[in-house]
Parts: sequence; structure tokens; C-alpha cells
Amino acid sequence: MKELSVNHLLGIKYITKHDIDLIFETADQFKEVINRPIKKVPSLRDVTIANIFFENSTRTKLSFELAQKRLSADVISFSAAQSSVKKGETLVDTVNNILAMKVDMVVMRHSYPGAAYFLSQNIKASIVNAGDGAHEHPTQALLDSYSIREKLGDVGGKKVVIVGDILHSRVALSNIYALQMQGAEVKVCGPKTLISKYIESLGVKVEPNLRKALEWCDVANMLRVQNERMDINYFPSTREYAQQYGVDKALLDSLSKEIVIMHPGPINRGVEITSDVADSSQSIILEQVENGVAIRMAVIYLLASKIKQG
Amino acid sequence: MNQKILLTSKEIATILHRLACQLIEKHLDFSNTILIGIQPRGTFLAERLKQLLEADYQVKNVSLGYLDITFFRDDFRRTQKPLEANQTKIDFLVEGKKVIFIDDVLYTGRSIRSALTAIQSFGRPAEIELLVLIDRRFSRHLPIQPDYRGRQVDAINNQKVIVSWQKNDQEDAVYLVTN
Repeated sequence: MKELSVNHLLGIKYITKHDIDLIFETADQFKEVINRPIKKVPSLRDVTIANIFFENSTRTKLSFELAQKRLSADVISFSAAQSSVKKGETLVDTVNNILAMKVDMVVMRHSYPGAAYFLSQNIKASIVNAGDGAHEHPTQALLDSYSIREKLGDVGGKKVVIVGDILHSRVALSNIYALQMQGAEVKVCGPKTLISKYIESLGVKVEPNLRKALEWCDVANMLRVQNERMDINYFPSTREYAQQYGVDKALLDSLSKEIVIMHPGPINRGVEITSDVADSSQSIILEQVENGVAIRMAVIYLLASKIKQG
Repeated sequence: MNQKILLTSKEIATILHRLACQLIEKHLDFSNTILIGIQPRGTFLAERLKQLLEADYQVKNVSLGYLDITFFRDDFRRTQKPLEANQTKIDFLVEGKKVIFIDDVLYTGRSIRSALTAIQSFGRPAEIELLVLIDRRFSRHLPIQPDYRGRQVDAINNQKVIVSWQKNDQEDAVYLVTN
């Protein structure tokens, strides 16, 4: 029987190529399910999942909730803004209180790197990391690779450039791990101040020139500038950033080949990409969102199968 | 391991013809009927029947779909059964149609129970029938019986019925295996 090598999804770093393949094969079937007239299967009828979001999220939270409901799981959702966390409760206490209500799985987003790992060491439930600070966002990386596989047939051998705020991005790190594991070549591109100092130790090349980066790649994953994580000014102005690292239609059309444009959202239209690029036929941004539900269904289904009955 | 042959390729050929004739008797030109092969192993039988109906009995355009029941199983997290799903391929609505489920072996009836739930995602069929090649008697966990059966066999619980198909296993045969 094929199954995942892990009991939690804490990051791409902790899983194997075999796990990624199994998740993709399972997601293929769930993608068919979510395009049926009735988009629901009863597999997780007796599983309860808590979504705990200590950080804001629209897409990821909705996508996880939808995936859980499509699998017939019972779902409780919780945002830290309205909780006792504000009253000084610790993370482990908060989660243990939720678990005392008999929850089997916890999906958590937290602003501290390693929060999901910490939780997995301290509580008895299956943990899915929905983003921990600037560390990892594994389901996003999985759905990005899955979307590339769907569009280009395979991830292996493809050239992918990640453009923008690499320093603050958990999407970048998870994507680098995932893409390399599947045999893709990865470069990063952005202002020097927004690229981690030791990024090359991951086997990633830095290309400071956007045009050169785009000429090289098959796929460009455009990241948002994460102003909320910036305590100092990393570049002179948004306008200057957009001029140097923003992709517009003219730039895209002037390239010698047609590349695929991806974006994990939310988009700052006119900064990292212009509206006509985001809405062009080369962009697979909305496909990424659709695939997000299928990937999360696969991850939750495969992890739930490892939770012991009774 | 002890292996006994239950059906030879010649016997299977005769049975397939009989099943095809029984289907025609009930469904005539198949204009409102859909064959659904239950994944994974029911699909081989379903394909063979479609082929036979079209080639030997001149029934035109038999609709055939594949239904995977993995996500509808009632033993998720209870057994070591495979998690890996197979492809579901139903390119038509089953609303108001006569559906025939096709599987190789009917044993506990639980797969068919799952299939009855799974098919609802594609609409409300007018009626559902069940066709199986091998019906294992006295082993049902649920009140499910076939409408068309190839051969009824008595097998005890530690015995296994294995159906081989030319397309997949290089021969048409049914074996009874005792561990």
C-alpha cells in the first residue's frame, strides 16, 4: 500500500519525492471529483479538523475549508484576532484546549517560523502547516508544482524563476525545495536587499536582471512584496520596484518564447505584475487556485488515513 | 498455496456471450442504458462486454464509464486497503438512465454499496442493475444480489477468487486460490 512517509505536513523539507508523486496522483482524482455535478465524497465523515489561523489569510483558509468540506470532514475555524490568544494564552494551551474537544487534525498558520514543527512535537494530532512566518508554505509549493505539471506535462527539467521578495517569502523557500526535489532548475530574481544572503547554498542561482531571468526560464513565479513583514525600507519606492522587477505585457511580448506566469496571490496589480499580464492567456493564476483545493484534499485525505481509528 | 481453475478461457467466452444476450433481452438497443465498470478490475469485464455487444450483436454506441469507489469506501482508516484512487471516467449524465454496474467478483457487497453512493454524484439513475462474472455465495455482509451472474461459486473466507483477463494478465481464466 502506498502511503505518505510522514504523519504531519510541516514543510517540503520533511517529505520525499515519492510523497509528492503520491499527493499528485491522488490530487488528479480529486480534481475530477471537484468538477462533478456533486462535488463531495464521504471519506472523512468521522474526522474533525481545526483550522487555526494566527495570521490573516483569505485564499488559503477558504481553500483548506473547502477541501475539508468536499471530503465531508467536520470543520471548526478559528482566527486569532477574535480569540483568547489576545488575553495571553500560549500556543500549546490554545491548541490543547481545541484538541480536548476531540479534534483529529490541525491546520495552522502562524507568524513564527517553526510554529508548526513545535506544535507537532507537543501535541497529539496531525498537523498541516498552512504557512509559518518566512519559513515554509508546503501546500502552496505543491499546488504550484502541480500546476506546472498540468500546464507543461512535467516539472523535471523545467526552468523556474522566482521573482520578488524572496527574503520574506515562505512560498519561495517551499517552492525551491519542491522544484529541486522534482528535478527542476531554479533561479531567483529581485533587488539584492530582498534576497537572502545564503540563498545560493540551496543550489539556487541569483539573477539580478529581470529580462535575463525571463529569457532563461519556462515559468516565472511572481511574488508579492510583503510590506507587512518589512521593518525597514528595502527599496527606494514601489514605483522604482515596479519599473525594475514588475512584469508588463510589453516585456512579456518582447521575449523570444512564451513563458508561463504564476502568482500565489494576493496580487498587487501594477507592482509585481500588471493587470493585462495577470489576466493574459499565459497566466495560470486561477488554475493555481482551483488546483489548490484538489491538492489540499489529497494532503488531508492521505494524512487522515494515518490517524489511528478509535 | 493451492490453486484450482474455476473457469477456462473457453468457458469464459461462452459466459460472456450469454451475459451479452441477457443484457440485450432486457435492454434492447441500449439507447437509455449505460455500462459502468467498477475500478479497478471491473473495467476489463465491462470493456469486453461492450466489445462483444458492438462486434457480435451489432448494438451501436454502447455507453461505457468507469467508476472509482476509493473515496466512498466504508473502511477508510479501518483496514490496510489501498488509498490509491483510480480514474473515474463518466463523460455523460446518468440522470434518468438505466445503469448496469459491472464487476468481476461479488463478495461482501461492500464495494457495490460504495458504488451505489458514488454514482449519485453523477445524477439520479432511473434504475441500477448489477452484473458480475463470479458470485461468491454465502459471503455477503449486505443485502446485495446480482441481476446477471456468470458463475456462482462457494468459497470459504481464506480462499481467494482471482480473475485474469487477456488484456491485462495474458489469459482469460478464473482461479480459486487457497492459502
